[in-house]
Amino acid sequence: MSLLPVLTSWYAYPFEELYGWLDDNVGTEVAYVVAAVIGAVGILTFVGLGALANVWLERKIIGRMQVRRGPNRVGPGGLLQPVADAIKLIQKEVLQPRAADGGLFNLPPIIVFIPAMLTFAVFAWAPDMVYADLDVGVLYLLALSSITSLAIFIAGWSSNNKYALLGAMRVIAMAIAYEIPLVLSLLAPVLLVGSMNIPEIINWQREHHTWIAFILPLPMLIYAFAATAELNRTPADIAEAESEIVAGFHTEYSGMKFGLFYAVELVNALAVSGIMASLFFGGYSLFGLDRWVPPWAILIGKIYIFYFGLIWLRGTLPRLRIDQLMGFAWKMLIPMALINIAVVAIQVLLWRELELTNWVLVPYAIINLVLAVVLIRQFYRMLTAGFYRLPTRVRLVPEVSVPSLPAPGSATQP
Amino acid sequence: MDDLAVVIAFYVLAGITLLSALMVSIVRDLIHAVLFLILSFIGVAGLYITLSADFVAVAQVLIYAGAISVLMLFAILLTPRSARDNSRVSYAAPISAIAGLLGAVIIFVGLNTEWAEVDREIDGSTARAIGNALLDPYVLPFEIASVLLAIAMIGAIILVRPNDEEGDL
Amino acid sequence: MIGLEHVLVVGALLFSIGLYTALSRKNAVGVLMGIEIMLNSVNLNLIGFSRFVESPNPIDGQVFAVFVITIAAAEAAVALALAVSVYRLRQTIDVDKLNLLKW
Repeated sequence: MSLLPVLTSWYAYPFEELYGWLDDNVGTEVAYVVAAVIGAVGILTFVGLGALANVWLERKIIGRMQVRRGPNRVGPGGLLQPVADAIKLIQKEVLQPRAADGGLFNLPPIIVFIPAMLTFAVFAWAPDMVYADLDVGVLYLLALSSITSLAIFIAGWSSNNKYALLGAMRVIAMAIAYEIPLVLSLLAPVLLVGSMNIPEIINWQREHHTWIAFILPLPMLIYAFAATAELNRTPADIAEAESEIVAGFHTEYSGMKFGLFYAVELVNALAVSGIMASLFFGGYSLFGLDRWVPPWAILIGKIYIFYFGLIWLRGTLPRLRIDQLMGFAWKMLIPMALINIAVVAIQVLLWRELELTNWVLVPYAIINLVLAVVLIRQFYRMLTAGFYRLPTRVRLVPEVSVPSLPAPGSATQP
Repeated sequence: MDDLAVVIAFYVLAGITLLSALMVSIVRDLIHAVLFLILSFIGVAGLYITLSADFVAVAQVLIYAGAISVLMLFAILLTPRSARDNSRVSYAAPISAIAGLLGAVIIFVGLNTEWAEVDREIDGSTARAIGNALLDPYVLPFEIASVLLAIAMIGAIILVRPNDEEGDL
Repeated sequence: MIGLEHVLVVGALLFSIGLYTALSRKNAVGVLMGIEIMLNSVNLNLIGFSRFVESPNPIDGQVFAVFVITIAAAEAAVALALAVSVYRLRQTIDVDKLNLLKW
């Protein structure tokens, strides 16, 4: 077919030609700078458009899940709602409390955006289209997620507001508790592939004609939940629990500063979906389809499928309490993540040292699936656990008996 | 290391690091000092990258700027506002003279020693090399470091437990 | 154009700043901040040596730096736990006032 060379050379990899031409004619440094600028512009365009599209997607889909229509007034089907939101936020008065810490108050909206944007630099959008081919790509992603919690703390502390500080402390406690399962679960694909380089992980998935999620379902689930908690999204969004602590760490931020926090939450959700798509679900490859369809379109499609999954979680699950969240992290996720690392390490060792065939990955997948089912069952029990323990303070009058609450689902009166 | 971009990056990052380390001792509020300390950690991580140590740079950001700084902020917030000043001791002037003198001596010795310098090509990934080194020649310090971390964690938890233990904590 | 001398000068300056910060603070957490700056400068020197100086295994400098980072994390945890518990007992973390062992 004469169409195929056109698709693979011009349509799917448009910039390689430009780089080659610049490299031959003008000079290598100029070609490098131009390539870097074009890549940065492309990534930032995706981030910006993604933030806009996500506002509409989130509100529409959550509306449909809650049996209502979602925004439908502003444009055809509410498509201009993000624009209306942006205009509303821009024209609001930007207040700064007098007792807030002067220069420090304006810093967090900027600082919290930087890791969100930097995450997109290590994704591989096509077989040779990665902006920063780091040898320690996975570790770089983890380092960025630990900076976000610092920025939220600065926001909560510099507002000089008790509720903001309370929200910030809760966020940091949750963030550092969930960082451990995050790190350990992202270590499992690294163990399997033997490299922290993200394009190489995607190549491994392409060569073995499988997705890592099929072999390692348990780290995928641990990563999904730990990332949801790191993003402060429902079911783990006690940071901005509107019914509890006014608005958490961004209480005192108004106007476009709040808009930046909101946008960062959406961009972070895209970034987490991107990490999941690249590391666990094959990135730009779709069992050979990436020779006809542009690979970056496949990656963007996968990112939006996982983003839909995150929205689904948000629309379905109730907000968990902080002690439930911390208990789940320390008592369930971290032991499961450690067991997972041990199991995966033994499996990889047997596979590599004894030089077994590649089909041994199938029983490995079954073992990991059993462990994943255990984790899902524990999560279900946490969500449906009733009020199982009454406070046991020392009582002045020992004979007064405390009436016990009915078992969940059996009584009818509140 | 004679790429113009690397040279500019080195000077800019060194300037940021030294300036923020100096501001740690100058600002009046302790939390501002911790924030400048975080900036100096990130500057040092950038310096590691110009020296082609990518794994150590990312580990520095992850551990220092991500975990130790949060620890310091928590410890500061557990102490009252009156104890949160970043003031100097009364004998700070002789100390600055001593520190400056020590720095000058180290610079003089460092510049006048005949180091066996070699212009090395960085090959492959340092992460793999560090991993091999940690498991082959240096496995004993590796295990001792992990035991030390466990002991430090247990010790820190025991130190901050409340002394009276009736009912729930 | 960046040679070993540049790295050593930056490391020495950082060390003297860290030394001044550690010795001249009233607050115990301030002293800890100075110690962390000094450890960072030592790490910078080690990485510089690993990059520029001839050696049979040039990766040893970076391994040493990783160990220093690890030990610094453990030490910061214990030092801050000590600071918090000293505050509980003596209601202050001014190092001038913690002089019970003085005779």
